[in-house]
Amino acid sequence: MPIDIPITDGLFTGPPDAPRLLGSRCTACGNHMFPVQDGCSRCSGASTETVELGRRGTLWTWTVQSYPPKAPPFAGNVDPATFEPYGVGYVELDGKLLVESRLTLADPDQLHIGMELEMVIDPLYINDDGDQVVTFAFGPVGASPEPSRA
Amino acid sequence: MSDDVAIVGIGMHEFGRHEGIEGIDQGVVAVRRALVDAGLQWNDIEFAFGGSQAAGSADTMVAKLGLTGLQFINVANGCATGGSALFSAYNSIKSGMFDVGMAVGFDKHERGAFRVDLKENGLEEWYGASGLALTTQFFGMKINRYMHDYDISETTLAAVANKASRNGAMNPMAWRRNELSIEDVSTSRMVSYPLTQYMFCSPAEGAVSLVLCRADRARELTETPVFLRAAVVRSRRFGSFEVMAPHLAVERGDGPTIDAAKAAFEMAGIGPDDIDLAQLQDTEVGAEIMHMAENGFCEHGDQEHMIARGETEIGGRFPVNTDGGCLANGEPVGASGLRQVYENVVQLRGDAGVRQVRGDPRVAYTHVYGSPGISGVTILSR
Repeated sequence: MPIDIPITDGLFTGPPDAPRLLGSRCTACGNHMFPVQDGCSRCSGASTETVELGRRGTLWTWTVQSYPPKAPPFAGNVDPATFEPYGVGYVELDGKLLVESRLTLADPDQLHIGMELEMVIDPLYINDDGDQVVTFAFGPVGASPEPSRA
Repeated sequence: MSDDVAIVGIGMHEFGRHEGIEGIDQGVVAVRRALVDAGLQWNDIEFAFGGSQAAGSADTMVAKLGLTGLQFINVANGCATGGSALFSAYNSIKSGMFDVGMAVGFDKHERGAFRVDLKENGLEEWYGASGLALTTQFFGMKINRYMHDYDISETTLAAVANKASRNGAMNPMAWRRNELSIEDVSTSRMVSYPLTQYMFCSPAEGAVSLVLCRADRARELTETPVFLRAAVVRSRRFGSFEVMAPHLAVERGDGPTIDAAKAAFEMAGIGPDDIDLAQLQDTEVGAEIMHMAENGFCEHGDQEHMIARGETEIGGRFPVNTDGGCLANGEPVGASGLRQVYENVVQLRGDAGVRQVRGDPRVAYTHVYGSPGISGVTILSR
């Protein structure tokens, strides 16, 4: 069984069946940002602390990526014959911020503004060592914690 | 309105795809055409601001235009590169430093969607690797939310592309000159829900150059000077919803377009009701619709009946994107904002032929928008 490799360190944390995104909280004004960053976009304060963001949220807006993005920068499957469209949306987490994310749903009939979603680990590609590289996505609450492997 | 700076010459290299012609050489063509239009020689030009996103440094064109020693400053400001060149040229004359100068923008992009340079946009590799670094996604998400909030219909989206195609068909400098029916647009391939292929503009090639001079000398050069009443560029503020944003604030704030529009109207001392025609950033149809309201020309949601009544047609109450906009011309990033100004000069001179706005228009507006959340506005008048 190949091990899962996060697409980058410090983006998300926790066990695979209950992952959480890592963000920054401004120690001066409480503004939340993602990913972790120095400096506050609201109050210009320079001091932030790393925090775990909520796992569940509501969909604020969405679209569907219907064609293979250019690679690079995209690292997933770009073969037009087997490319699978994916949703993209902004998910509001705990009234603190909206995070842009891949969505596990890609069917416009299944997506609607305001729907509840939760974060999952999303397989993206197999690297040269044969390991599964994963990123994050949001999907319907309670859906399979074991998404199909890329 | 102050009248410190005039546009006395305009030049364009046709927009589209031009195999074998470098972007910078298209810029040289635009400069020469602007000089002819102004009745000037290259060595009359005291300074220039210019730029491209993907086709090289503008100042290298002096090798072909002539090494006159002029002050030539390269501008790189994303989608507002052309607008920023114009803003800089405007202020160089307004300050009293120079009398005659030039703004030039050109570009040449590869086919397909824009390939986003992550570093240039302040983004990390995982963002692009995960498939989030696409401008098309932003536009799909922004209009999807807007349709939800303000009851804009899919028919209205298609109607904007239909209008652009008809205006483009009347513009000899446009890239796409075939008319698209509402059905053609609606049934074309879905790209980024709810936007289809024909609802988007494409990266393209082309160049535009403008000759500017002190307003009190304008009539020595042309009988039809057009005065630059305002030139403004604004970046995003906290709470705005912009392209290439891994996160957004929960609270919504005014975007750079709203800020730039307000500042431009204040600078010109006029309001939206005084504008006779406008060129508004139409990267895709939703952008044109949303930018009508963000620039102050209507309330959010009014676009639905305005477009249904044909008010934004060339023959309508408030013509928008009379040259076919980005949708018909494509988007060579460095030149796109200057194309809008070029079209407004053509219209205000009364030289637009079959696409001339009727009623002797006197005041015209341009708005360019792009990554990473930047807007440029100009107001021109006779």
